[in-house]
Amino acid sequence: MQLSVWTYEGPPHIGAMRIATAMRDVHYVLHAPQGDTYADLLFTMIERRDRRPPVTYTTFQARDLGGDTADLLQSAARAAYERFQPQAMLVGASCTAELIQDDPGGLAQALRLPIPVIPLELPAYQRKENWGASETFYRIVRALAASSADGSPRHERKAGARPVCNLLGPTALGFRHRDDLAEVTRQVVELGIEINVVAPWNATPADLARLPQADFNIVLYPEIALTAAQWLNRQFGQPYTKTIPIGVGATRDFIREVAGLAGVDAEPVLSRAESRLPWYSRSVDSTYLTGKRVFIFGDATHAVAAARVATQELGFEVVGLGTYAREFAREIREAAALYGIEPLITDDYLQVEARVSELRPELVLGTQMERHIAKRLGIPCAVISSPTHVQDFPARYSPQMGFEGANVLFDTWVHPLMMGLEEHLLGMFREDHEFADHAPSHLGAAPAAPPQQPQLRVVETVTSTELAWASDAERELTKIPFFVRGKARRNTERFARERNVNLITLETLYDAKAHFGR
Amino acid sequence: MNAHAQACAVTSSSPDGVLRERGQREVFCGLTGIVWLHRKIQDAFFLVVGSRTCAHLIQSAAGVMIFAEPRFATAIMEERDLAGLVDANDELDRIVAQLLARRPDIKLLFLVGSCPSEVIKLDLSRAALRLSQRFSPGVRVLNYSGSGIETTFTQGEDACLAALVPVLPSADRNARPSLLVVGALADVVEDQFKRTFAALGIDNVAFLPPRRSSELPAIGPETRVLLAQPFLGDTARALEERGCRRISAPFPLGGEGTALWLAAAADAFGVSRAHVERTLAPLKARAEKALARYRAQLAGKRVFLFPDSQIEIPLARFLAREIGMELVEVGTPYLHRDHLAAELPMLPAGTLLSEGQDVERQLDRCREARPDLVVCGLGLANPLEAEGLTTKWSIELIFTPIQGFEQAGDLAELFARPLLRQTRLAV
Repeated sequence: MQLSVWTYEGPPHIGAMRIATAMRDVHYVLHAPQGDTYADLLFTMIERRDRRPPVTYTTFQARDLGGDTADLLQSAARAAYERFQPQAMLVGASCTAELIQDDPGGLAQALRLPIPVIPLELPAYQRKENWGASETFYRIVRALAASSADGSPRHERKAGARPVCNLLGPTALGFRHRDDLAEVTRQVVELGIEINVVAPWNATPADLARLPQADFNIVLYPEIALTAAQWLNRQFGQPYTKTIPIGVGATRDFIREVAGLAGVDAEPVLSRAESRLPWYSRSVDSTYLTGKRVFIFGDATHAVAAARVATQELGFEVVGLGTYAREFAREIREAAALYGIEPLITDDYLQVEARVSELRPELVLGTQMERHIAKRLGIPCAVISSPTHVQDFPARYSPQMGFEGANVLFDTWVHPLMMGLEEHLLGMFREDHEFADHAPSHLGAAPAAPPQQPQLRVVETVTSTELAWASDAERELTKIPFFVRGKARRNTERFARERNVNLITLETLYDAKAHFGR
Repeated sequence: MNAHAQACAVTSSSPDGVLRERGQREVFCGLTGIVWLHRKIQDAFFLVVGSRTCAHLIQSAAGVMIFAEPRFATAIMEERDLAGLVDANDELDRIVAQLLARRPDIKLLFLVGSCPSEVIKLDLSRAALRLSQRFSPGVRVLNYSGSGIETTFTQGEDACLAALVPVLPSADRNARPSLLVVGALADVVEDQFKRTFAALGIDNVAFLPPRRSSELPAIGPETRVLLAQPFLGDTARALEERGCRRISAPFPLGGEGTALWLAAAADAFGVSRAHVERTLAPLKARAEKALARYRAQLAGKRVFLFPDSQIEIPLARFLAREIGMELVEVGTPYLHRDHLAAELPMLPAGTLLSEGQDVERQLDRCREARPDLVVCGLGLANPLEAEGLTTKWSIELIFTPIQGFEQAGDLAELFARPLLRQTRLAV
């Protein structure tokens, strides 16, 4: 058992729903008790979809457990087929139905419906949402693409014909998938490459049958589409992209990689390409961004990409990097090694909270969970990854990928911070009463107020009981802007402890300042 | 359609005119009750023993609304718990110890059963007993089931309160008569009721659940129970088994409902009719004044209620009688005839009641009827709006103070707002 206050991912059948809901003419019959229908609201409320997810739940109750849950599944599948007339049906179980072992896939196949029926085995007590999405997408691609092409190698492109690719990965309830897709599509079309199929987003089963007709695949989200792309590679010899176009540098790398796979020249597109990020980052006001200590947590793809943008394109210092996705722990470990930091691989929200409060970063780039943590600790935060919240589906165009995505990153990561000159004025004129800790701030309500934790035992670095602060030193500490005060206090105490100083005076404070630098 | 009806839904229209359906139910499970119960009882913690789905459900139904650290969590069962590689009880003990070490402010811990824990027959009552002994006297541990195979949405509150009944202290043999108001209400509503009961001359009043676990009311044969919510079947039965007597009344929604509810209590305490009339008349008049504005906007509009929380019948009675709305269909997950005995006769003759659900067929009926307003759950609201219907989220009726005279106008406003919005928007 695992104690969980918040979860980063839902169970694997939610992942399957994200695939089914993204597609058209697919129906998912889910063997599940009543209550599991809550999942519909993720799509209709959080993502504001205007249609119900294409899911029929058997909603069995205790009284059904005696024996007829299997009949219930079959009648639900038959009724769903008759009512919705899908081109293909997914059949699976949620956590409770897994325990009663009805074999929903076999039961549905026994109905001999005139459409492909794809059984899904998603072990709910071992796996989670992203794995469920990946496995579902792989199963559906395998079932539908294989049947059409009989395992034959991919078609030969006629001389002079335009290169063709598929775009794989965007799902329902994905973090900015809608806008990433638009941005990447624009980029690919500009390279003179034709898009054969986008999947699962808006794809029909018939579209999936056409997947083998492309020359290569673009994988936008490895968490969702890597397994399917690897299978397509083995089966049809289609290579796939490995670069994720988040940030200016990665977008340029991505364009080169795609152009290479397509056999076209990337240079004309690269020379025209424009993002405001490089100039904004070089403009003098951004000097204050230098070395800002940032903590990054999310799915592996977004976290690794964010770390690169943070260091190379904004000049931040990455002090923490982690993911909740154990399947992609290797990628995070490799990236963390680059920055010389300890990776954090956990889906335990409390551990993430402990790490953030220990590191005291100046900016948190995380999920909605880290937004909670950052809010409580009074640290600015921007959201970079799933799990999503209604705010992560903005009305405006707001991709993370491509050159426009880089502009979005600059704005959304920099705006929570204090502006350059503001920060200096605050530093110089601490005693202006309107600069007081509880004065209105860009960071929202009372940023410096101590986190309101009801008698929580917060995991903190233990300070030696011997250490005391002289009152003038303590007063001086309050003149330091609140967003660096915690760091100044800890550095000073460390400095004192290392030198066996028991009373921290004004002199100790400034000695420590000189020792550590900013 | 016909084939579908034969294949799937089990529908029966019984002689009492109630449409009973058995198909896909688009409802929450009882775990959802934790969302309001954990705020109501301020030193209680709810530990769901379940799966990742349970954790995800509570978080999705409520998580984004909560900004303080929640007093609920899930002990997520994993493969090794099911495969018997570890003793689930040892695991549970370890997690409870971890939890209580982190939250020393917790005095009452509920172990909440879920679908998976019920299916594998994990005995949470024994676990609660064992843990209660271990953490006594600081923490009391109780258990109930919020599983979807046994409970629908608000039945989770019923199961929780029923679990509290055995630990309520016994009143002294010669205790004076007391009134126990049962069902979670907003604090502000409780305070209003307390003042009104006092004005009526009933001052020995307690509420279940209490705001703190140290304030458990004493009960006994002199305790009269007044249900504030219609979904408390098990709790009422448990209280009756402890000798309490239930007062039959309509529920306190709207001016009329609230007046009848209070009057029923007053009657049970032998308060004179004249005093009741004198006390309640000005309050009722104020509620009517607040309602008048909305009545003008809503009278004659047709409303369709999907099953959700079991408050649909009192709600429909309020909408029909005090607001003048026309009831197209009133769905409820369960029809508790006994507790609704005072409500059902107040509904307009011929009202279509449906019990249980086959959501696809109910949607067909709703689309065909084209009501002016649909009261439904979060999974259905936006899709119906996209089809051009106007909706009201039913969950808001549980998360908003709507009971009592002073909230009658607020309750009506919840129904008026979506329609008003339609008239304002020009996009």
